[in-house]
Formats: sequence, C-alpha cells, structure tokens
Amino acid sequence: MAENPGNPVVRVRGLVNRFGSQVVHDGLDLEIRENEIFGIVGGSGAGKSVLLRALLGLRQPDAGSVEVYGRDLRHMSEAEHLALVRSYGVTFQNGALISSLSVAQNIQLPLREYFSLTEHTLTALAELGLSMVGLPADTAGKYPAQLSGGMVKRAALARALALEPKLLFLDEPTSGLDPISAAAFDELMLYLHSQLRLTVVMITHDLDTLFRTCSRVGVIVDGRMITDSLEGMLQNQQPWIHEYFHGARARAAQHG
Amino acid sequence: MKLSLEREGDDWRLLLSGDWSLAATAAVQEELQALPSTLHGSLICDWTKAEATGVGPVWMLLTRLGAAAAGGLQVSHVGNPPHTLQLLERLQGDRHALCAPPPEPSSSDIEEAVGNLGRWVVLQGTEGRAAIGFLGRISTVAREIFSRPRALRPSSLARHIYETGVTAIPIVSLIAFLISVIVAYLGAQQLSRFGADIFVVDLVTIAVLREMGVLLTAVIVAGRSGSAFAAEIGVMQLNEETDALRAMGMNPVELLVLPRILALVIALPLLTIIADAMGLAGGGLLSLVNLHIPLPQFTARLRESLSPTTFWAGLIKAPVFALLIGMVGTYRGMQVRESARELGRLTTVAVVQSIFLVIFADALFAVLFVQIDF
Repeated sequence: MAENPGNPVVRVRGLVNRFGSQVVHDGLDLEIRENEIFGIVGGSGAGKSVLLRALLGLRQPDAGSVEVYGRDLRHMSEAEHLALVRSYGVTFQNGALISSLSVAQNIQLPLREYFSLTEHTLTALAELGLSMVGLPADTAGKYPAQLSGGMVKRAALARALALEPKLLFLDEPTSGLDPISAAAFDELMLYLHSQLRLTVVMITHDLDTLFRTCSRVGVIVDGRMITDSLEGMLQNQQPWIHEYFHGARARAAQHG
Repeated sequence: MKLSLEREGDDWRLLLSGDWSLAATAAVQEELQALPSTLHGSLICDWTKAEATGVGPVWMLLTRLGAAAAGGLQVSHVGNPPHTLQLLERLQGDRHALCAPPPEPSSSDIEEAVGNLGRWVVLQGTEGRAAIGFLGRISTVAREIFSRPRALRPSSLARHIYETGVTAIPIVSLIAFLISVIVAYLGAQQLSRFGADIFVVDLVTIAVLREMGVLLTAVIVAGRSGSAFAAEIGVMQLNEETDALRAMGMNPVELLVLPRILALVIALPLLTIIADAMGLAGGGLLSLVNLHIPLPQFTARLRESLSPTTFWAGLIKAPVFALLIGMVGTYRGMQVRESARELGRLTTVAVVQSIFLVIFADALFAVLFVQIDF
C-alpha cells in the first residue's frame, strides 16, 4: 500500500465523448493523485456526469484512455472490470438507495453479495457503517423514503464505504442539503478522508464544499480540463473560471 | 489462525496474524467467538503479523473486546496497529447497539386470528371509502366537462384512444379470430354426431356476439392498458409530477385520469365490434373449410339465428367494462407512494382486479339479461 501522496490513481488521456454531433469532451486530460480530495467543477452541461460515468466504466468513451491504478479500462476483461469496480465507492446525486430495502439492508447489500457472513456479523458491520457516517442507530430499519435528504446522502455514503474502497467518487454530495447539513457533511468527509486514507473525487457545485474540502480542483471548460490548486484557480484569468470563483456567491463563500 | 491468546503473568497478549482484510471477516468472526466471554486485567493486541487490515474485521474485534471487557479490561495496541484504529475506537465509544426488533407480544392463536381479521376489515373499510372517494372525484370532474368543454382535453383524449384502441387492434383481432375458430371446431365435432352441423353457425354467432367478443377484448385491454395506466400514473406519483400539477392549480384527475377513462370508454366498444367481426369471420372460415358450408348459406343462417338484441347484448357491456378497467388502473396508479416496489405491486393489483371485476360484472349482466329476457 503506497501511502505517499502523489501517486496517480486515475489518469485520463485525450478523452473524447460525443453525443451525435455534440462534442462534450474534446481531448480531456486528468490526473488524480493518491490521498487527495479532487473537486470537479463545470457549468451545467459541461459533461461532469459524463466524465464520472467514463471513470466508472459505465460509458465507453469515443476516444482516449482511462487508467485506474495504472491499468487501462479498455484492456480489461469483464471480470477484471468487476473487481476494479468493487474497489470503488460511489454515491450518486440522489442517493440511489434501493427503495425496497431498509438502510441497514442497503449497507449490507454488497457485503451479502460478495462474502458469506453470518447475520451477527452483518448487523455489526451495518452498525459500523451507520456510526461511521453519523446516523443514529434507529435509522437502520427505516426505508429510504422515510429519510430526509441529508440522511439519504449519509446512508448512500455508508453503502459506498461498505466494501472499504480506497477510491471514492461522490456526485454532488451536498446538493439539496441545507447549509448546516452540508457543512456537517463536509466535516464528515474530511474526517473519513483522513482516517480511512481515501482518495476522493467529487463533483460539486457547492462553493463552500469546494473551499472547505478540496485540495485540487479541475474545471471543465470547452471540453477540456484545467487542473490547479484552489489558490491557482483563484488567479486564473479564463473568463468562465474567473466568473465562477469571483462571482457574488464565490465571494460570499470565501469570506464566509 | 488469525488470533491466539496467550497468558503473560497477570496479563493477556493477543497475537493477530494473517489476512485481516474485509474478505476475511467471516473467519475472524469465527475465531472471535472462541475467545473467553470475559477477561480481566490488561490485554495487549499485537498487530505485528496482521496483514492488509480492513475496517470491518477490526471493528468486529473491538466489538468483541468491548463485550469481554465488562469486568474491567485494559486494552492496548502495539506493533503497527491499523491506521483506522483511532476512528473505530472513537465510534465504539459512542456506539449504540442496533435495536433488536421489539419482541412480538405473545398472544394465543385465536387472539391473533381475531386481530388479523379486525385489521383486515378495517383495511377493507378504508380501501372501500377511498375507492368511493375516487369515484366521486371523477364524477365531479366529469360533470365539469358540460360547463367547461375545455376540460375534455381533446389532444390527450386522442392520444389515449390511439394507445389503448388503435394499437390494440391487431392482437384483439387475432385472438378473437382464433378463439372463435376453436369454439366452432369443437362445436362442429359434437354437433356433427347429430347431423346438426348447421347449428355451428348459431353457436358461433351467439357465443361471439353475446359474450366472447366483448369479454376477450376487455381482458386483453385490462392487461395492456390497465397496467399501462397504473404504471404511468404511478411513476408520475413517484416523481412528484402529480404534486407539481396540483401545486400549479391543475387537477390530476382532470388531466391524467379522466382522459384515460374516457378514451377507454370510447375505444373498447369499437374494439369489441372489430372482435365481433373477426370472430364471425373465424367461424365462417372454419364452417367453410371443415363443414363445407358455403359462405351464402353461412350468412343466411347467421341472420336467422340473430335476434334483434344479440349484438347489443354484447356491445352494451363494453363501456361498463371500460369504466371498470380505467378506474381500477388509474386509481391504483394514484395510490403509488414512496417506492419502486409499490409501483410493481399496485400495477399487478390493477390488472388482477380489473380482470376480476370485468368477469364479475359479466356474470351480473348474464343474470340480468336472462331476467329481463334481453
């Protein structure tokens, strides 16, 4: 297990994604290093979710390569790809908890699928998952429809962490949360990041989250990615980036 | 061996070795069970030989040690303990055991049966009230059409007539044709024994026009459109689309329910006429091929066997069946709440109930028609 930050975990080279004649990504390059929290930003329709789907291997890019842990997704067998996906944790924008299962069953779902564990062990691990994301024990028996937005996000995070991933993808983890819940989620993420030594890739529009948690930021502009530290981004003169980081909301977030 | 417990004077030393990754959780748990249930003094966990320590197994160990430490046990860790230990120990500190489900209050079988019966009756009562309420809302909206014709929503009505009626023509025709061929074929085998071949025409005519044309069509439409109504409206419920309509001051019953029911009331009689025609065609074809009854003779006999009411006795049932199917489908769709499983369950209920109601209503019609000699 290489602990020193800096090793590239994900490396994307010349990624091209098209929908018909509409080009979303036009030679996008990206490198995500071990142990960082990497924020992906871009306007609506800039292709953030498409990029995430390409990273997860849910979408075959039209050109370019995606390497995870130094291995090209294109040259992987189905079984290797499955094994790789198991080492990811992913949360989707709306939680994507299975609605017919309780929270505890959602957390246990991948564990049940891959390991043969006793009920006792599964209960203990569900307990672990819940306390890791700070959910009270009585949420275990509840169904997703009975949870608030913030609790759904936390439960989804608990499920994503169930298989003990080293690499965590979060799609808009704080969208739709009130500022207090969002701030609490930021702190939780930072805490888990440091304690579990995770590499986190996060798509977010939440400037507060970005400023609080991310060590580096990638901005998708015109189908390409501009990557820099947060300080560097603030100096960037590219019009969209400048507007993004110096608009009224950005000023409020920086001084808030 | 993942664990070995050794005595060191008054203290304990727990040697942890081998694979401690998540995949080994089951094995770790098994060995944890073998530890003595209570320990005293102090215990040193030696992690020197443990590899690839995952969160889950460490959590299991801490939980187990926590339980064993009830009598006062000092636990310390040496030899490169896992980096997640600090987090997990903190979580153990403020952990609350998942509440086991409250034990079922023990009661005798009879009490339980009575309780279940009561619950069922109450449930049926509320269901019945809700269904009548739904009927009431539909009636209110239907009345509005007269004062406000725009509420009829012609474009939506046309779309639903197309989807429930026009697209169902091929399957309805095919099934009516085949079933009528089967009836004629079986009838011919029996009747030819008495030399009464010609009565096959009567059999087919009356069976198809009075019963089978409309009943088959209704069952097919219940399967096709009843389920579609329930699923379509159900997904709109899950997406809060119906709430959005209400919030904009629009009535989902007017927008979603009524056009579907009306479309079905219009389409089902027309489909029945097509089914009737195809059924007679099937009977005619079989008579020609199998019984060598030429077509002019078939039609002549057909006219004789018809009473003035035969055709209408079938057709008049179609709008009633359409109402039943449409109302059950949309009602079940509007009931969907919360989850994808509800959607599936209620779609199934919609189809099963509408088919049952159609057949039940058909039985009532049969008795009624006999009584009034229709």
